[in-house]
This record gives sequence, structure tokens and C-alpha cells, in this order.
Amino acid sequence: MSTDTILSFEEAMEKYDPVLGFEVHVELNTKTKMFSSAPNVFGDEPNTNVNEVDLGMPGVLPVVNKTAIESSIKIGLALNCKIAEYCRFSRKQYFYPDTPKNFQTSQYDEPIAYDGYLDVELEDGTVFRVEIERAHMEEDAGKLTHMGGATGRIQGADFSLVDYNRAGVPLVEIVTKPIEGAGSRAPELAKAYVAAVREIVKNLGVSDAKMERGNVRCDANVSLRPHGRERFGIRSETKNVNSLRAVEHAVRYEIQRHAAVLDSGEPVIQETRHWHEDTRTTTSGRAKSDADDYRYFPEPDLVPVVASREWVEELRATLPEPPAERRKRLKADWGYSDLEFRDVVNAGVLDEIEETIAAGATASVARKWWMGEIVGRAKAADVDPGQLGVQPATIVELSKMVEAGKINNKMASQVLDGVLAGEGTPEEIVEKRGLAVVSDDGALLEAIDAALAAQPDVAEKIRGGKVQAIGAIVGGVMKATRGQADAGRVRELILEKLGVTA
Amino acid sequence: MAAINRDDVAHLARLAHIEMSAQELDRMAGELAVIVDSVKSVSEAAGDDVPATSHPIPLTNVFREDVVGHTFSAEQALSGAPDSDDNRFKVPAILDEA
Repeated sequence: MSTDTILSFEEAMEKYDPVLGFEVHVELNTKTKMFSSAPNVFGDEPNTNVNEVDLGMPGVLPVVNKTAIESSIKIGLALNCKIAEYCRFSRKQYFYPDTPKNFQTSQYDEPIAYDGYLDVELEDGTVFRVEIERAHMEEDAGKLTHMGGATGRIQGADFSLVDYNRAGVPLVEIVTKPIEGAGSRAPELAKAYVAAVREIVKNLGVSDAKMERGNVRCDANVSLRPHGRERFGIRSETKNVNSLRAVEHAVRYEIQRHAAVLDSGEPVIQETRHWHEDTRTTTSGRAKSDADDYRYFPEPDLVPVVASREWVEELRATLPEPPAERRKRLKADWGYSDLEFRDVVNAGVLDEIEETIAAGATASVARKWWMGEIVGRAKAADVDPGQLGVQPATIVELSKMVEAGKINNKMASQVLDGVLAGEGTPEEIVEKRGLAVVSDDGALLEAIDAALAAQPDVAEKIRGGKVQAIGAIVGGVMKATRGQADAGRVRELILEKLGVTA
Repeated sequence: MAAINRDDVAHLARLAHIEMSAQELDRMAGELAVIVDSVKSVSEAAGDDVPATSHPIPLTNVFREDVVGHTFSAEQALSGAPDSDDNRFKVPAILDEA
């Protein structure tokens, strides 16, 4: 699809230094919209969560949602920003059918929060500080669906259908300062930054933070400059980057594309790029033009917002523990090694493990189940581990059955499959599938005798004190019992039989 | 006299999606300059001690509690639409994406 020439990432990095910038839009999960009392609900029938304000009818007046202001201040505080004592809304004028008023009510030169930072932890534990320029309040636009044409994209569309349910949903747009010094870790940092913002707003409870629903959306700015040069290169702004993976891929692709453009001696064009998840490429949107002259002016229908220091401190006092600090605490509580904990974080199962431990599992059992069993299944199904629907109580029940010797680990894994397939509770599945550890020593001894007879040399080694050779015999017994034996008990019986103490 | 030339007016007309004839552009360039000058005279009346304002009434923090109010049905919402389809407003395809 794309006809862009690109350099390899390695070559691009050898020649150029990337500078990044992000605009992350966060949809707040208030009950109502930013300026109207229509419900802020995702997925309802088109044009049913609207009233005269959302449709921009003549003569209507917006009224600011107090909760949305408080959520915005909380986001600002969590991003270590200063909170404006006084700020206003502004009109951003443009003609496009997703905005029925022909302007978006936003903030221009007086954002509610400014001058903050966010410490972002990369996968290997390196902490990178991203400076926050501002976080301002605005409203979301309606949703356009382009009809006709072959691709469902706007090019070639015959007409578009508009649903204004999303129009007026409160947004906070978080804008970074230019991010320098990330080098070849720029794509990784991009992903980690957006993940960190998403985690913060989710933790604050101010947004549902579901990227697949567009609750958190990212525009990624990328520019390159030769190593050693201070002046920034010309940037592109890639829109529609709406998953963490896509953020990483889009930044990487744009770095490779810019490098090829610069190598050819051409200037990079300052333009909007559209991200395409299917081809993992960007295509040209439109060049910046005088259509970007939005003629902002203060919104005359709204009065200024004054955030008294008392109010700000009241809100600060309600902030939950920041995610980074929470991670430190959980790591200490659970006693995981650095590597174990990092794997848990990267697998995205921190909440799940916390819930499982709260439900009664030990920290090591919870980790074993989530990392050993569930993450792999989620990967195979191409979903997030949390989306598989494994209940903490199920894990607790399974681990109790294993501890009681009722089933072994292998069976427990099969029972989990049964639970995920909707076959019932673990108890029922053990019953239905006939999964129970053979603990009748008589049956086991028979199998042990057979296994020892089959491998006399191994039996001799064990007698001679090489206890570690026992695995081969245990394996034979497990095979003979089709995995239904309690391996621990088998081992005990073998040692007993051979008169060896482990 | 404020400097509003013909190109400025043409630019504004384009931004506002207003089609203007050459004659209208000429006339408006002159008129707008007078209007801007008239508005400017307000700043002569206000001294440095009068801060700029965007609202005539000295009010701040007019808020609404986050409680769901009334909505339209899709039928009501679309009742004034020139065209609709599938309970949505139907608009011509517009290439210039915002």
C-alpha cells in the first residue's frame, strides 16, 4: 500500500537523533458531557445521547460539568503539573461535520494544568522523565462513518454518517514538551509513556482508559535531526494511533521514513500522517495549511474557572497511590525478584495477581498461575490476560486442590481449560473429566515396579546414590498412569522401594 | 487606520467558507478597517489598570453537578437534518479532514 522508502531502524539511528512529542486525549468517565447534561455512555444507539447543546442548536448555552473540572485537576496533579488559579475556555473554529457548532470548545492559552512531568519506566527498569507542557480541557467530537468507496476510508467515500453521541464528551488533552535523548529507545519510550498515562488516569478513576474504545488516543509527533545538532527537524504528526503496540510501531516507522527522506536530500513535509494497523505504515494526511488558522478566542458563553488553592489541595488529598509507588510496595510485599516482578508488569497482570492474592492465594502461587498458565493462553488468543475472564477464586480453588493432592499441576491446567471453556466450576470439571490423582499406592507401586524393570541401569544409579536420576523413573510412572499420579508421592515410593534416603 | 487589506479579507472569507466577489472583497477591506478602528477606541478608554475580559459579568465557576438530564430521541435529533440514514446525520463526503 505505502510507497514510502524507508531506512532500516539501525541505519536511521546511526545517522539521526529522534525528537518525540505526544498529544494524548483522555476521555473522562463522567456521567454527563462536558457542557451538557446528556449522558456520556459508550455504545448506545446513534444520536440518542444528545440534546440541544450537543447538536449546537441556536441560542443554547453550555454549562460546565463540575466533576469534569475536578477530574482534570486530578490528572494535572498526578502529572506533577501546576494548576492554573484562573483559566478560561476558548473556541477553536473549524468546519467539519463531526463538530455541529463549527467550533470546538477547548482551552487555548490558559490550560487548567501546565509544567509537569511524568517519570516513565522502560522495560529494563530505566526511568526516563517526560516533561509535560500542559493538560487542557475540551470536548470530544461526533463519530463519522465514511460510506461507499472501496476502503471505508475517507478517500473515495460517497457520503458520511454522523453520530453525535460522542460530541461533547469531556476530554483532557495532555501535551508533552519535545522529548529529546531517547535515541534508539524512542519507540519503546513512546509505548511506555502512553501506557503510563493510561495507567495514571485509570488509577485515578477518571477515565475507563480503554484504548480499544478510544478512551485514550495518541497523536505522535516525530522529527529527526543529525546527531549533534540542536535545532529540531521538521515533524510529522501521526494520528489514529490507538493501541500501545501501534504507538511503538508508528514511531519506529516514522523514524525510518523520515531518515529515508532526509537521506534523499529532500525536506520532511510538515503534515498529518494516518496510521494503518494492517500494513503498519503511515500515509500522508494533509499538509499544514492556512486551514489550521483556528482563530481561537475566549468562549463568551462560559465564565472563567478559578481553582482556589484550598480546592486543589482537597483534590490532591483524594489522589490514590501513584502507580509507580504502588508497584514498589507490591514488589516488596510479594517478595518477587526484580526479574520476576518486571515480567509480571510487562505481562500486564499486576492487578490480576493482586486480586488473586487478595482472594487467598500466596504471592508465589498467584504468579505461577498468571505467568505460567494464563499469560500464554492470552497470547495464543491474542487478548490481554485480564480479558480471558479467569476469576481469582478459580485460581485459589485450583491451587487448594493441588495442595490437597487431589489433582496435580498438569491436571489443574486442564481444569483451567475446562473453566475457560465454560464447563463449570473446577470441582465439577474434575468430576466430569475424571481427573483425579492416582494416590492408591498399590496401583502406583505396580507402575513403579514396571518402570524400574524397564530401566534397570537407572535403578542401579539411584541405589548407588545418584538420586537425581530418579526423574527418568518418575517420568515412566507418570507416562504409565497418563499423568494422573501425584509425582511427589511417586518419588517417595521409589526412594522407599530402593531403600535410598533423598 | 488599521491595516486590513484585500488579501486579509479573502483569507478570512476562505476560513469562514464565505464566497465573495472581487467587488465585495474590495468593499469589505475598507469597511473592516473602519470597524477594527472603532473597536480599538475602547482601549483608549480603558487604562492599564483595567484588565482585559472575555465576559461582561464578573462571575467565575458556574458549574453543573454531574447528573444526567434530558436527551432527544434519535428521531427528534434528526428532525431538522437535511438528510439522514440509519439514525445518523447524512453529510456529503468531505476530503479535507480536520
